[in-house]
Amino acid sequence: MTATISPLSEVTRSDAALRTFLHGLPGVDRVGADARAAGLGTRSIKTTAKAWAIDLAIRMVDLTTLEGADTPGKVRALCAKARQPDPGDPTCPPVAAICVYPSMVPTAAEALRGSGIHLASVATAFPSGQAPLKVKLDDTRAAVAAGADEIDMVISRGAFLAGRYLEVFEEIVAIKEACGKAHLKVILETGELVTYDNVRRASWLAMLAGGDFIKTSTGKVAPAATLPVTLIMLEAVRDFLDTTGRQVGVKPAGGIRTTKDAIKYLVMVNEIAGERWLDPDWFRFGASTLLNDLLMQRTKLATGHYSGPDYFTLD
Amino acid sequence: MSAFEYAPAPESRSIVKLQPSYGLFINGEFVDGAGSFKTISPASEEVLAEVAEASTADVDRAVKAARRAYEDVWGSMPGRERAKYLFRIARIIAERSRELAVLESLNNGKPIKESRDVDVPLAAAHFFYYAGWADKLPYAVPGWKPADGHSGADPRPLGVAGQVIPWNFPLLMLAWKIAPALAAGNTVVLKPAETTPLTALLFAEICQQAELPPGVVNIVTGAGETGAAVVNHPDVDKVAFTGSTEVGRIIAKAVAGTNKKVTLELGGKAANIVFDDAAIDQAVEGIVNGIFFNQGHVCCAGSRLLVQESVADQLLESLKRRMATLRVGDPLDKNTDVGAINSAEQLSRIKALAEIGSAEGAERWSPACELPERGFWFAPTIFTGVSQAHRIAREEIFGPVLSVLTFRTPGEAVEKANNTPYGLSAGIWSEKGSRILAIADQLRAGVVWANTFNKFDPTSPFGGYKESGYGREGGRHGLEAYLAG
Repeated sequence: MTATISPLSEVTRSDAALRTFLHGLPGVDRVGADARAAGLGTRSIKTTAKAWAIDLAIRMVDLTTLEGADTPGKVRALCAKARQPDPGDPTCPPVAAICVYPSMVPTAAEALRGSGIHLASVATAFPSGQAPLKVKLDDTRAAVAAGADEIDMVISRGAFLAGRYLEVFEEIVAIKEACGKAHLKVILETGELVTYDNVRRASWLAMLAGGDFIKTSTGKVAPAATLPVTLIMLEAVRDFLDTTGRQVGVKPAGGIRTTKDAIKYLVMVNEIAGERWLDPDWFRFGASTLLNDLLMQRTKLATGHYSGPDYFTLD
Repeated sequence: MSAFEYAPAPESRSIVKLQPSYGLFINGEFVDGAGSFKTISPASEEVLAEVAEASTADVDRAVKAARRAYEDVWGSMPGRERAKYLFRIARIIAERSRELAVLESLNNGKPIKESRDVDVPLAAAHFFYYAGWADKLPYAVPGWKPADGHSGADPRPLGVAGQVIPWNFPLLMLAWKIAPALAAGNTVVLKPAETTPLTALLFAEICQQAELPPGVVNIVTGAGETGAAVVNHPDVDKVAFTGSTEVGRIIAKAVAGTNKKVTLELGGKAANIVFDDAAIDQAVEGIVNGIFFNQGHVCCAGSRLLVQESVADQLLESLKRRMATLRVGDPLDKNTDVGAINSAEQLSRIKALAEIGSAEGAERWSPACELPERGFWFAPTIFTGVSQAHRIAREEIFGPVLSVLTFRTPGEAVEKANNTPYGLSAGIWSEKGSRILAIADQLRAGVVWANTFNKFDPTSPFGGYKESGYGREGGRHGLEAYLAG
């Protein structure tokens, strides 16, 4: 649904104008949104459709490790897995990207060289975002300089919840500028925004500020990605494209662990945003354990039987 | 061909053991009827079975069996004992839910996801709910005091109930009718619709399985004449009918001057009112659910969309985009959203009214969708530019056809919503709570949904104003129709 304020750039000229615009977006009825997401979750995706969806989901994975315990060795192992998720099956596609902390970017850049796999780095005082803007900008520039071509930033949820929308907007604009050519994914941390109305407003705010992707969560806050929250964000990118002609991607992250879940998301992408988003350029899964379940289901579909988890590499 | 083509995902038919022919269920047994007729799958026109047609004499046998069961066993059985049978029936429905769902979709044409997720679970829920009432009947009648003064006496049942139900929710309507009747201590003779007798006959089997005393439930299959024989039988104490207003009128005339109690659940032309402050995406879902659920074969369907002019274009654009994702086809495919029209007769009625809509100058739109060659199909359709004077804004189409009208002020919305001979249901879409309450107060409709549509629950009474009928089904109110007080 599109609020028809034209030109759209006018809506960010002041805090008041931005508030009027964001609060003028149609509301979200929680019960209805939950029911719609649950309804789409009952689609039955079998045989050829399932095989197609599994391969697409693998190609959409941002294979992620964001731990204090991450080491260059761990990151190199993950990069090897990203290139060749199933060493026993050359038809298995590589994943979309690796997602790491800034300090691990040089190692990952080295390990991914020539693979075509994107390198995403979280930045901007991930996961809380509670740092001065200058620190966030330096964080971003350092990651890009070290070789990241995608930046996953966090918005200032405190400022958003306090209603300081313009501050959040300007921060995203500044980070986007610091990204240079790198793609910017804007993490809304929907688990802290809580209401679906907030999710819709934050989505529009991030898109207005130039975000290339909107992303649900850091994975450090519960609940992380949910189907209804992703539904709201898919509606937002669909409506934003209608209004502005610019397409923005969506990345649910955190808590998506099974093939069954991943396929539910793809059904939702297909039926809410449309097939333009059924592409790793426009939809990603932020996940660490999802990949192995996808591989296991892929093998099951091809061979007719399950092999145990030991037949798939840990990382 | 879209990028993400869902492969066929058909629910297996093997769980249903179709018999070549079915008899009438009278006095706990299947018996031959005077004649027979074929019942088909509307999605393929395949003949599913031969079903007995009950004559007046057959109906008389059924009523006699019901009377005997009422006098000898059921009417005097303590409520707590009747409850055990109802709980048992509810549990068997739940246990055999997949079988019932597949059979319902086969015989009716509705999508398996609806029979599986709505019809069958709700049917079981009705039996569970009324089972709980069977030993609490004094609390079902406000201010109840036993006439003879001694405490603990229950309100009395009426006796034998003659029930005639429609084809749109065959098993669910059966549950709506039978569960409260039995809980209150009545026995029943029920006639399922001519085109959808099979789940009622499977229900008869469930009654046997539950060891319900013979004659408490009797199922007589047949067409209009069989129904008339049930309604007109002199030994029937109560008539309950769900169906068209036209037949409802005939029934009302037939029972006038008799001692029979009557409840009628008839047609509707519900207004679904969308205000400019509605949650638009969810309103679109509600509109789609309101008119395309069960192919629009729903008496309380939201068949008139009243949308505030200031958001009309935007809403219609969203609605059309949403309609383009509806999957029309094989009712047994788990991904089907809209199934087959129930009969050739109903299809021709829908087609005729749609033609009239175009001829009257309304603009007709349907998404591109391939319809199967065999069977009875009608693409989801909307008419825009409809005015109150158009027949498609006044007559019940009972199909997947939505008439779109606009309004400018809340007052105009209420006026248009109420400007119909019907009054079964209505929907209000607004994010403003005070507006919802104010509008709901002014709508003359039995059920008013706010920010949702087509939600049913056994605890909630359901029924109409004006030509939509009288009496209430469901909830405590549904029991009153089966009690003498």
